[in-house]
Amino acid sequence: MQRFVNDPSMAVEDMLVGFLKSHGDLVEGTENPRVLKSRTAPVKGRVGIVTGGGSGHKPAFIGYLGRNLVDAVAVGEIFSSPTAKAFYDAFAAADGGAGVACLYGNYAGDNMNVKMARELAEEDGIRVMTVVANDDVPSAPKGEEKKRRGVAGEIFMWKAGGAKAALGGSLEEVIAAAQKAVDNTRSVGVGLTPCTIPAVGKPNFAIEPGTMEVGIGHHGEPGIAVTDLTSADEVAKSMVDIVLPDLPFKEGDEVAVLLSGLGATPVMELYILYGRMAALLEEKGLTIHRSYVGNYFTSLEMMGATLTVMKLDDELKELIDFEAESMGLTQFGR
Amino acid sequence: MNSFANRDGAVVVREMIRVIGENRAYLSEIDGAIGDGDHGVNMDKGFSLCLSRVDWETADFTTAMKTLSRILLMEIGGSMGPIYGTFFDQIAKGAKDRERIDGSAFSAMLGSAASEIEKLGGAVRGDKTLLDSLLPAVEAFDASFEETGDFAKALTALQAAAEEGRESTRDMVARVGRASRLGERSRGVLDAGATSCCLLLNSMAESVKELLKEE
Repeated sequence: MQRFVNDPSMAVEDMLVGFLKSHGDLVEGTENPRVLKSRTAPVKGRVGIVTGGGSGHKPAFIGYLGRNLVDAVAVGEIFSSPTAKAFYDAFAAADGGAGVACLYGNYAGDNMNVKMARELAEEDGIRVMTVVANDDVPSAPKGEEKKRRGVAGEIFMWKAGGAKAALGGSLEEVIAAAQKAVDNTRSVGVGLTPCTIPAVGKPNFAIEPGTMEVGIGHHGEPGIAVTDLTSADEVAKSMVDIVLPDLPFKEGDEVAVLLSGLGATPVMELYILYGRMAALLEEKGLTIHRSYVGNYFTSLEMMGATLTVMKLDDELKELIDFEAESMGLTQFGR
Repeated sequence: MNSFANRDGAVVVREMIRVIGENRAYLSEIDGAIGDGDHGVNMDKGFSLCLSRVDWETADFTTAMKTLSRILLMEIGGSMGPIYGTFFDQIAKGAKDRERIDGSAFSAMLGSAASEIEKLGGAVRGDKTLLDSLLPAVEAFDASFEETGDFAKALTALQAAAEEGRESTRDMVARVGRASRLGERSRGVLDAGATSCCLLLNSMAESVKELLKEE
């Protein structure tokens, strides 16, 4: 294993040490070593934004802690849900008295732990409402959207929810905005190589050289098809062709686009893909209002990329354009 | 005897810790076929923490079960933390304030453990989860105990049904959890949760049978 680790079972702990040292201007630890919070949180009277999930997706999830984004994060083992206790402590860390919006991805473990944490929080008088991201198109057929997992589209959900909270939205309004972001967002992933959890020591799936797995999940969940690895332009087209018909996105729509690497793909190649994707979207009559290209939501050292497209209306445009400051995403207002 | 003393029962938990430790690699290997291969690692992490947290000199059945439950719920996470945490929490609750645990108390504990897990995860029988081992095991225990009134015999029936249930997952397609993303590709291998559940039920049954013999 060509990896920088000490004791592989302590990889998450060791990573958190470095993260806190490096980004102490934005984030801080809490009493629970598996809960990090934004330095700006909680703000009295403002809805708190909480997320959480397994580790191995840097900058997600802790990289989105910061101003007008996420207030507290529950940190899990690699690819494994945080505990109910961590979610509960994150709710407490984010609560400014106006309730907490827990915005997370659709995975069995996260669903259970959030459910238990929410019951604990309610006993303590903290109001918690949830939005569950399910943007990954290939993970379940149309009509069964509730079964789909959440992937990089979660970033748009946090962005919308965080901005709405910063604008003074009530818990119901923040939840509605985050849900609207999810409902208008679709994603697809393509994997070129597998990834290895350090404590396991070997990849638990394979992608043969010369092939690619279309629809792969960002823990390596198998996709819908294994095909020959073709040119970047052709890969770009097949990804766009999966995402656009599902919502569907139509001529005249304004969109935000996020193309994230899965960890080991050179950013240069993401731009090669993006150039073609942008051209294809424009050919279909879509207007790209904002785009993000880089490693926004990764899967350890997997090679591959996730394309995420969100359809915008005036409200979502305002929220996506709202200024924000975090390790993973910093932008100035427009 | 047809019951065991709560104060002697911590050994049931200590044996489960040993069994999970011995099967750490096996469980991860099964999980690796259709999951991400960390089931044995995560289970062993929680169970071995329990080994050092319980005072085995003084702990009774209730305390040991409660400690195990708290560790899984508070420190393990994933899917298995809440599921097994809930399982052992229900067993601890059912044993609370009981000096002796007999077949009907054991039946009630298992029954509430199974129904709380069903509520939590939303899975049903046939979804290729630990319920496919747990539910038949609970039913077999109840049926046998009702018929014979013999705690030990009912435990033997539970063991056989748990194993049969575990084997039944081999031919199932996963409908919940991470393996469900595989669809048909999840057929042909055992479910890791059903496998660990069967190991735990077997271990509990063996330990309790020993306790019943001793008295």
